[in-house]
Amino acid sequence: MRGLSHRLHRFDVKQMPYVLIAPFFILFAIFGLFPLIFNGVVALRTWRLDDPAQDGWAGLANFEKLLTDEDFWNALYNTFGIFVLSTVPQLLLALCVAFLLNRRLRGQTWFRVSMLLPYITPLTASTLVFLVVFGRDYGVANWVLSVFGMDDPIDWRAGKLQSWVAIATMVNWKWIGYNALLYLSAMQTIPRDIYEASALDGATSWKQLWRITVPMILPVVIFTVVLSTIGGLQLFTEPMLLDANPASASGGSNGEWQTIAQLIYKVGWKNLNLGYAAAMSWALFLIIVIVAVVNTLVTSRLGGGKR
Amino acid sequence: MSTTTDTRAAAPAQARPDQAPRRRLKPALLGRAPQDTPAGKWTYLLLGLTFLLSIYPIYWMFVIATSTDAALAEIPPKFLPGGEFMKNLTEVFSLQDVYFAESLVNSVIVSTVITVSVLFFCSVAGFAFAKLRFRGSRILMVMVVLTLTVPNQLGIVALYILMGYLPGEGGWNGSLLAVIVPGLVSAFGVFYMRQFILGAVPDELIESGRVDGATTMRIYWSIVLPAIRPALAVLGLLTFVGSWNDFQWPLITLGGTDYPTSMVALFDLASGNYVLYRRVLAGAFVATVPLIILLFVGGRQIVRGIMEGAVKS
Repeated sequence: MRGLSHRLHRFDVKQMPYVLIAPFFILFAIFGLFPLIFNGVVALRTWRLDDPAQDGWAGLANFEKLLTDEDFWNALYNTFGIFVLSTVPQLLLALCVAFLLNRRLRGQTWFRVSMLLPYITPLTASTLVFLVVFGRDYGVANWVLSVFGMDDPIDWRAGKLQSWVAIATMVNWKWIGYNALLYLSAMQTIPRDIYEASALDGATSWKQLWRITVPMILPVVIFTVVLSTIGGLQLFTEPMLLDANPASASGGSNGEWQTIAQLIYKVGWKNLNLGYAAAMSWALFLIIVIVAVVNTLVTSRLGGGKR
Repeated sequence: MSTTTDTRAAAPAQARPDQAPRRRLKPALLGRAPQDTPAGKWTYLLLGLTFLLSIYPIYWMFVIATSTDAALAEIPPKFLPGGEFMKNLTEVFSLQDVYFAESLVNSVIVSTVITVSVLFFCSVAGFAFAKLRFRGSRILMVMVVLTLTVPNQLGIVALYILMGYLPGEGGWNGSLLAVIVPGLVSAFGVFYMRQFILGAVPDELIESGRVDGATTMRIYWSIVLPAIRPALAVLGLLTFVGSWNDFQWPLITLGGTDYPTSMVALFDLASGNYVLYRRVLAGAFVATVPLIILLFVGGRQIVRGIMEGAVKS
């Protein structure tokens, strides 16, 4: 009896921690890590859903095809265009909103919670609303523009720039409040005596914002830049649903706003060419890593230079 | 923090907004940090405007969902909701090839199972990483943090192929398992729970439990679990919202089947040959309401979770 309970105790101390963390690592290995690695194998093969007989090693053929694929370069161009139009205003406006929230407010909690309305709204639902808002003939967006004197209604799906603006608006709407809360939480950890000292030197609140607040919250700004780079370059739902026929995944009649994530879906599950879609995923991964690193460097330069 | 009290002690009258002297001094010159400075009219005005812009699309969704087709062609745009909500809703629910009612049930199942599972597995793993000593715990924790940064969408093609090989007729693609099982754990959850347990559960409490002869699981149930309720609320809400709103993977694996989640059903609703936006937005509104209720009930916790996450990263 004693021996058994002793052994049980040993197990509880020595092995139990591993039992507790095992579910995470097992599930992650199967459904997270393995697909990531296996994706590399699929990219080197011909892998067709409609015709398994063609399956076999393809070497680098999928990647070679990528280099001359006009659809891919078009999608890359669109993805970057929408990314710039959505990320830059998003983070700047989030900074403004955080600046407003970082005051002694009546109904403080209420204001903060309300900033999350766009964040909790399902992306499919909000995109469908914006689809109507950006209608050519009776859309709210064109009506607002007409109030300001722009009487020529814009056909939001007819060209690259206007469709990018429409999609960027959806992204900005969803993420400004969320990022503002991230900035706000960093702003509130800045020690108060720094503000006191700078006030003695006669700094205005505008100067304090750029000389103290922004440099002090720089780590969180970099964090949001990385997050929005990862998210922005994988944009899928908005471009899918802006289409008059969403199931086509074509991003406009001439691919005006087709993003890479959307093209991967189209190649993989509409054209049934999984090997090629896997190669595209790898390309996208590489692009995300490069852009995230570059953006981090640029942001820390800009923010640090203001000091 | 001592500086806080110093500031307030130096200017006790200015700490209350209603008693602040009406001098023409810039707030910064008073030496107060922004978060101690009472908001002025412009701040409220601009925040009010931000609020209106945030809520308008959701309100507009409701307006169209309650109106007839004619409402979409009004200039200026219709402002007040109509009385057709039930009619539109009935149409959505009775559409032949959209399965909207089933999709809502599926979404509830998927989000609930994922939330409960994430709460359990992530809190036990977080407990192990925060309070138990074992070989390799540091390096394993670093691995958890690293997995946070990998965008999991990138393995989506291989994940689909993998699902096809799993046991069952035609594999797991097209069944709710394909959506649920990969979501059962989350790296963010493990990380968040570990951080919280480190601060919320004193080591002495765990030691005294050990001295009393409690097993590891016993300590988890009776000491750790009661102490981490706030963190469970935060993680639970964020997880539920995330899995309810997930779209790309469910579309790939459940698209075209009779068992969509509500996000996929919305996509189907907007994809037919004969799309009526009063119907589409009535469906969208129904799929949004649960989350708005959740924000109403747990908004404080969600805000706290997001803000705490930012500081820790």
